[in-house]
Amino acid sequence: MSTEAIIQSRTETAIAHDLHSEHQEHHHHETFISKYVFSMDHKMIAKQFLITGMVWAVLGGLMSVLFRLQLGYPESTFPILEDLLGKWAKGGRISPEAYYALVTTHGTVLVFFVLTAGLSGTFANFLIPLQIGARDMASPFMNMLSYWFFFTASIVMLSSLFVETGPFSGGWTAYPPLSALGSASPGSKTGMDLWLVSMALFVVSSLLGGLNYIATILNMRTKGMSMTRLPLPIWALFFTAVLGVLSFPVLFSGFILLIFDRNFGTSFYLSDIYVNGVGALPNEGGSAILYQHLFWFLGHPEVYIILLPAMGMVSEILSVNSRKPIFGYMAMIGSLFSIAILAFLVWAHHMFVTGLNPFLGSVFVLLTLLIAVPSAIKVFNWLTTLWRGNIRFTPAMMFAIGFVSLFISGGLTGIWLGNSALDIHLHDTYFVVAHFHIVMGVASMFGMFAGVYHWYPKMYGRFLNNTLGYIHFWVTLVGAYLIFWPMHYEGLAGMPRRYYDFSIWESFKQFGDLNRFISTVAMIVFAAQLLFLFNFFYSIFKGRKVTVQNPWGSNSLEWTTPIRPGHGNWVGEIPEVHRWAYDYGKDGKDFIPQTTPVGADESHH
Amino acid sequence: MTLYLTIAVIILVFVVIFQIAKASEYVSVLKGEETSRKQNNKINGFLMFAFLILGLIGVWYCNHLFFHKTLFAYDAASVQGEKVDSMLWLTIYVTGSVFLATQILLFWFAYKYQESDKRKVFYFPHNTNLELLWTVVPAIVLTFLVVIGLRNWFSFTGEAPKGAQLVEVTGKQFGWIFRYPGKDGELGKKYYKNIDASTNELGLVWDDKLAQDDIVSTQAMYVVKGKPVKLVIGSRDVIHDVGLTQFRLKMDAVPGIPTTMWFTPKYTTKEMKEVSGNPNFVYEISCDQMCGNGHYSMRGVIEVVTQAEYDAWIIKQKPQYFTAFPEKDPGGVNALTDSVKPVITKAPVPIAQKTIAKL
Repeated sequence: MSTEAIIQSRTETAIAHDLHSEHQEHHHHETFISKYVFSMDHKMIAKQFLITGMVWAVLGGLMSVLFRLQLGYPESTFPILEDLLGKWAKGGRISPEAYYALVTTHGTVLVFFVLTAGLSGTFANFLIPLQIGARDMASPFMNMLSYWFFFTASIVMLSSLFVETGPFSGGWTAYPPLSALGSASPGSKTGMDLWLVSMALFVVSSLLGGLNYIATILNMRTKGMSMTRLPLPIWALFFTAVLGVLSFPVLFSGFILLIFDRNFGTSFYLSDIYVNGVGALPNEGGSAILYQHLFWFLGHPEVYIILLPAMGMVSEILSVNSRKPIFGYMAMIGSLFSIAILAFLVWAHHMFVTGLNPFLGSVFVLLTLLIAVPSAIKVFNWLTTLWRGNIRFTPAMMFAIGFVSLFISGGLTGIWLGNSALDIHLHDTYFVVAHFHIVMGVASMFGMFAGVYHWYPKMYGRFLNNTLGYIHFWVTLVGAYLIFWPMHYEGLAGMPRRYYDFSIWESFKQFGDLNRFISTVAMIVFAAQLLFLFNFFYSIFKGRKVTVQNPWGSNSLEWTTPIRPGHGNWVGEIPEVHRWAYDYGKDGKDFIPQTTPVGADESHH
Repeated sequence: MTLYLTIAVIILVFVVIFQIAKASEYVSVLKGEETSRKQNNKINGFLMFAFLILGLIGVWYCNHLFFHKTLFAYDAASVQGEKVDSMLWLTIYVTGSVFLATQILLFWFAYKYQESDKRKVFYFPHNTNLELLWTVVPAIVLTFLVVIGLRNWFSFTGEAPKGAQLVEVTGKQFGWIFRYPGKDGELGKKYYKNIDASTNELGLVWDDKLAQDDIVSTQAMYVVKGKPVKLVIGSRDVIHDVGLTQFRLKMDAVPGIPTTMWFTPKYTTKEMKEVSGNPNFVYEISCDQMCGNGHYSMRGVIEVVTQAEYDAWIIKQKPQYFTAFPEKDPGGVNALTDSVKPVITKAPVPIAQKTIAKL
């Protein structure tokens, strides 16, 4: 049977469906507010998360460009910076206060607002109902609240940038006592209060979203959609939500104690402190390390909250575009599961050098390096998925391949850092910066791009421009490696992270040229992201229209909806599912959608 | 002016790229989407291969450019550092070979299995033996790395050998304060509420006899080549970190919770100038934990000297007690007389207990 024929027949049904959906939309009248602002349609909420996340990505990226200016050109002045930042860049050079504020906000925003809300907020909302065959989330109202809590958190965080004493500037991990004492750092005054309020709102948003995702996946799958027939993005998003629901409350409790220490004179984290110019503080008996335990109990699962959705989407996209089933579907679920479990048992590897009991440290070494096993399984399964496939290089596929490459590069350095006897040397150097930017930052960003390119036709009924997509991919991939690969060498020279200037250091000042190079590449890569941004918004209105219902020849359910699905997703009955989502190239057929019943003469796998 | 010019050029480049992108879309519609898609596929398949080759060359070139600027171009400065280095090399060999193998396979597969009308896809959903293979092999390799790592870890974090020199390091915004036990070889008590910015920076308890001969300094820290040195680390305000890059070690300085770290320096500062080939070489203490706006300038210096040089230096140091109470200073500038040699052999006082007690 030829693909042409399938596409042809799909086109016809699509047109038929489109007519139906238009017909259906006439039934319930939607105002602008209920459709675009306080929408309860999971698809619209997904777009809200995505676009808010993109706004933050641009702001966060711009911040990195600004502080890279300082690192790359510490001797130069840029008058435009004074125009832009005022007293924070007197004479055109970013002040240390501004530098640390930028670094801190960049980290907070990218980790939480972009790669948590922007990534899993977008794709959990968009994909879960569409891929499991549900009309919407279990609680559309809670879903809407989840977005608006995130939005409020965003506004509060944004407002902290305009406070007189500046936004919080003690690093995104916000370790007390620095984050607890306004007298120790101006950024820890009003800026920190706003940071905490914003993060608290964000936790609420995450919990509302996460509970909803779990409830939806467990309860609202269509007929025939057993758990082991779910597409892998759904499994990944499921574990992501579980991680979030179990770990965000712990972070929240850590924040509450911090708020108490800051405002109500408690001593949870404070003890034996004498602040220059203020004198000895009354607090005794607290433990600054307690906060780190609470923080990293979320902080480490958070890494997987960021990474798992990307892994899930990449698995799907690699399979669809290799025209070949994902290799080892059950092993993929198993490795997601073991990563989710282990994610809770490794947090103290961020704390090897805090004076942690060495025996406890050794347990965390063992558990940390264990994570390399499921990670290795995933990588080899992805490679085997490509092997003897028939690969179509859609922009989504390119980003998925890029994800695998970055995940390997960044994952392997995790084996260095997870081993405490090496971490005792490499901790808090640029080696760590290189490691987590590659494996968590850029790789997950690639997963997110892959998802956007792949599901854009479903979101907007139009395609993104391919040529811009290819340029975007190549510039970003090459740029990411050029920026972060050499940073390993800076780390191996012991260069500490979060330094405003290295010129006074005999041990670290030899990388001036390299820093300039990295900053230049960072600016180019940032510009390439603007290209994507333009492509995104331009294509919403002017992109090539999607004319077939299933443009990628994909098996999963979202491509059985009309080209521009309305609220409720399917017109008429929700389709029944008869098979897993990865029957590509089976029995000589290019693909067999999940809705196709198993034929009598079909081979078993 | 240059600014506006730059902006204009950037916008121009954007417009050009956009026009090309749009044109290529029209061309693809004219040519037939299927044909142009296949053309794009070929180009990108080739680029995947090119990226692999250029990337591997880039990895080599990067190493060529920067390896000699890292610490691994010459010997570690401590006995512990040697172990870190040897473990690091082993880890590089293991992860490096996995890196090469997987990246080559990834991009080679991408190139080799790009879409072709002739190929029939191999339906290969799972294979238990293969999956077991790449579960078990990484697990075994990692076990080796864990065993070696933990052996080193316990030797680094174990008790310092008897007879180790004792130095207390206290971080503050933004500098380091060092305290050496006087002739009694023990550090006296301190309490943070006694801190006085000019006469008692650490808040030593003067009633404690042990504290009366303690030497406090904000200048370079002096340690002896070949002799283990145990650092008792604390902080006066926020969390800092004693980063000893050349010795390959670091440990946080936490207010209220003393931590410890010990190492054995291998080369004096003078010798290290030759080993590193840098005539300006100094051992630096870098603060490696974000501690405020002056974090980047929180620099300390360690002088590694011979025992004779150390003895000559310590004898010139005056206990802080005499700074606080000048009237009690018997000998003016040189408080310690020749007969009093610093004896630093005793085990440290309980202040150096493991931090777990507090947790």
